[in-house]
This record gives sequence, C-alpha cells and structure tokens, in this order.
Amino acid sequence: MLARLVLRAAPAALRALPPPVSVGVLHATRPLHTTQQSLAPVPPLPEKGGEVRHGLIPEEFFQFLYPKTGVTGPYMLGTGLLLYFLSKEIYVINHETAAAACILTVIVYGIKKFGPDVAAFADKLNEEKMATALAVKNEAMQALQKAIEDEKKEQWRVEGCGFLFDAKRNNIAMLLETNYRERLLMVYNEVKKRLDYQVAMQNLKRQKEQDHMIQWVEKNVVQSITPQQQKESIAKCILDLKALSKSAHAAV
Amino acid sequence: LPAAVLLKDTKLMDVKLGQLGSWLAMRDFTPGGILGAMRRGYDRYYNKYINVRKGGLGGISMVLAGYVVLSYIWSYSHVKHDRRRKYH
Repeated sequence: MLARLVLRAAPAALRALPPPVSVGVLHATRPLHTTQQSLAPVPPLPEKGGEVRHGLIPEEFFQFLYPKTGVTGPYMLGTGLLLYFLSKEIYVINHETAAAACILTVIVYGIKKFGPDVAAFADKLNEEKMATALAVKNEAMQALQKAIEDEKKEQWRVEGCGFLFDAKRNNIAMLLETNYRERLLMVYNEVKKRLDYQVAMQNLKRQKEQDHMIQWVEKNVVQSITPQQQKESIAKCILDLKALSKSAHAAV
Repeated sequence: LPAAVLLKDTKLMDVKLGQLGSWLAMRDFTPGGILGAMRRGYDRYYNKYINVRKGGLGGISMVLAGYVVLSYIWSYSHVKHDRRRKYH
C-alpha cells in the first residue's frame, strides 16, 4: 500500500523539480567522442633521440645552415663567434678558464673511455624492465586466450543440452503413453467384467426358468397320474415284459 | 590561393620578419599562458632527447651547457673586472 503511495507521488515530485539547467550550456559545437580512445595503444618510444653533434649542438642547426653555407658554415660561425667573444672580452680569460679547461678535459676523457660501458649497462637494465613487462603482458594474453577457449567449450556444452532435453521429452512421452495404455486396459477390463456379469445373470435366469418349468411340468405330470392309471400301467408293463421274455427265449 | 592561416596560429619559424612584432603582441602573456608555454617547451625537449629508448649524452649535456652559459651571463658584471684591457 505504501509502495502505491510512493509510486503515485513520484511523478508529482518529478514535475516539482526545476527544469534541467539550459541544455545549451554544453554547446553542440564541441564534438564528443569523435576520435578514437587516445590512451591505447600507447605508441612505442622512439628508438633514438634527436641527433646532437659534439654533445652540445643539435643537428637541426647544422641542417638549417647547410643550404646557405654548406658543411663548414656552422664551424666558421662558431670560430667567428669565439674570436669575437675573446677579442671583445665578452668572454674573459681568468682563473676560471683554467679550471674549466681541466674539468672539461677530464670529463671528455671519462666519457670517451667509459661511455659505451655505461650505455650498455643502462640498456641492460632497460631490457630487463621491458622483459618483465612483456612477460606480464604475454601471461595476461594467454590467460585471456584460455578463458576464451573455456568459454567456447561451455557454449559447445550448452548446445548439448538440446539433446538432453530431447531425450527427456521422449521419456515423458513414453511415460504418458504407458499410462494411457494402462488406463485403457483397465477400462476394457472393467467394462468386460460388467458385461460378463450381465451375461451370467441372463444365463442364470434362463436356467432357473427352465429348471423351474421342468420341475413344474414333472410335478404336474406325477400329480396327474391317478392310482387307477398307475395300476393299469403296471399291468401293461408286466404284460410287455412277458412278451419280451418270450421273444428273448425264442431268440436264444 | 591556399587558405589563409591566422597570424595567431603560425609557428615562429614561419613568421616573416615584418610580422614579428605583431606576432609577439598576439601571444598569451597571462600567467597561465606563460606556464603553458614553459610546459610545452619542456615537453618538447623531454620527448625529443630524453624520453627515448637509447638516450644519448646530448640530452643532459645541452641542459648543463645552457646552465653554464646562463650562470656566466648572470655573473658577467662580476667577471668584468678581470678583463685585461679596459678598451676593446
């Protein structure tokens, strides 16, 4: 009952809410979901970084000057700039210059000698990281493949259910048929019993009537034989017997 | 006639020398704009030289060289006094 009240109150409440804030706020001009999902797949990292010459100047600078000045252009520019800075003493040569020279020599020597080894070591670390990530990805993919196969197997099994249901339906049909036939037989037997009873009754009645009639006739006949008739019949019989015995004696 | 691109959208290398002043005036100088520009510059440098499979020496050495030059410029007023000649 309370649910009905709630259901009846709901539309009224909805009407009471303020209308949604102007739909035009989200302008139709801003396209949504037009591009593919930008997060996956992530593009692979580039193999090598931008080219840098002498470890300090990017290659683009040399390419920028190549059409106008050829290959030596940037070097001439560098030399000219250096001489200009030195002559105008925009770059001042003092104790710091000596220190910078020594430090730079050591650094360059170190890099030239140990650079490749350090690079190989760093690459190895990277490779290990990549290998573990790849292994995780492959395992995940295999697990998912297996899940897909299991799912397909389950679907195949579900198809087999159809056969199962057919067999069950057959069973039920047979049960029904058997039951029907049993009942049919029972009906037949009952009807036969009743008919047999009727037939037996009729037979019995007929027999009884016959017996009764025979008995009645006999009784009446016996009653009708008077004593006089009895004596005459006995005398007749004796005479017949004598005649018979005579013929019998004659025959022998 | 190719579709005219707004001056605002052209890159720096495509701006003609005469338009440089107006181009600079159009740039976004709000704090958000400046931060955005710095973020974009950092991202460009990072993705080009550092965020790669086999990064080289140039990535950090350019940053260090820039730091050296900048610190020299900042300390020039102090280094000026070590000059060997007064007039050049």
